[in-house]
Amino acid sequence: MARKVPEINSSSQADIAFLLLCFFLMTTSMDVDYGITRRLPPPVEQNVEDVKVKERNVMNVMVNKSDKLLVNGRPMDISQLKDEAKRFMTPRPSDETAPEVEAKTFGEGIGEILTSKGVISLQNDRGTSYAMYISVQNELARAFNEMKDELAKKTWHKSLDQLTEDQTKALNEAVPVRVSEAEPVDYKK
Amino acid sequence: MAKFRKEGKKEVPQVSTSSLPDIVYMLIFFFMITTTMRDVELKVKASPLPKATEIQKLEHKALVSSIYIGAPRDSKLGTESRIQLDDSFATPADIADWIQKERDSRNPADIPLLTTALKVHKDTRMGVVTDVKQELRKVGAFRINYTTLKGSALEN
Repeated sequence: MARKVPEINSSSQADIAFLLLCFFLMTTSMDVDYGITRRLPPPVEQNVEDVKVKERNVMNVMVNKSDKLLVNGRPMDISQLKDEAKRFMTPRPSDETAPEVEAKTFGEGIGEILTSKGVISLQNDRGTSYAMYISVQNELARAFNEMKDELAKKTWHKSLDQLTEDQTKALNEAVPVRVSEAEPVDYKK
Repeated sequence: MAKFRKEGKKEVPQVSTSSLPDIVYMLIFFFMITTTMRDVELKVKASPLPKATEIQKLEHKALVSSIYIGAPRDSKLGTESRIQLDDSFATPADIADWIQKERDSRNPADIPLLTTALKVHKDTRMGVVTDVKQELRKVGAFRINYTTLKGSALEN
């Protein structure tokens, strides 16, 4: 007669599983990171001549070490920056002081539209706070996103997040984000 | 007749717990798959991050390397903002080597997609951040992400 092997008591299996569960519960972090994605420009070569840009085409945004904003020499509050950037980048052919305009044709049904040759130049001090820098970057991005949204509504009657990939691509060409960050100046040299 | 009478009083049968381990295992598998272990021990105070609205989700976490900037957690080390790469304090000069190391650990095809996430305390001065950005430009790590919280940028 074969002897019966006693069954292993499995009542503690649940406890072991709970222990493992607790471990994974503690170590898990499901936070998703969000942020402003940017592309840095390649480093400038030493002996390259500065590109000359007409003064009317540039909007100078400066932030000093006490987080005060200066736009084209005039002090401004951060809450007005988005509208100012939008006003600057909107083509106004009849205005002599506004940036030059150029008629360009884009695909996906946008057709020929006036585009501004304006550039927003951003310069910050080494003492500017990071929070202020992000605020300025964010407000400028918001200005461009609103302009894109308006064009998308006009052309396709759709908001930004409903566009197809090709439409987004054409839109990004039609409304390029023209923000240039000034080369940091080292005053010690 | 007495033959069919049940012995004793009627009792509600116990709920079988034999499927309990299976349920728990299911939960374990869920957490095992979703878990990402915190890979670095923070030596600097990088939070609170600043807030912004025009933000994108940081996708492909495997292709993201983070640089933390903020005041040291250990108050004995002062309050000046420091840079943390991996597990240790660093200077801007160390960034080139660190980027090289990050690239070596990835698939060569993925190198152009590598993103550097800057996790910077909102009270940091821009000087340090600018130095880091200049170093990143020198080594060609152009894709960066200023990691932020969701919220109105005007409240920063």
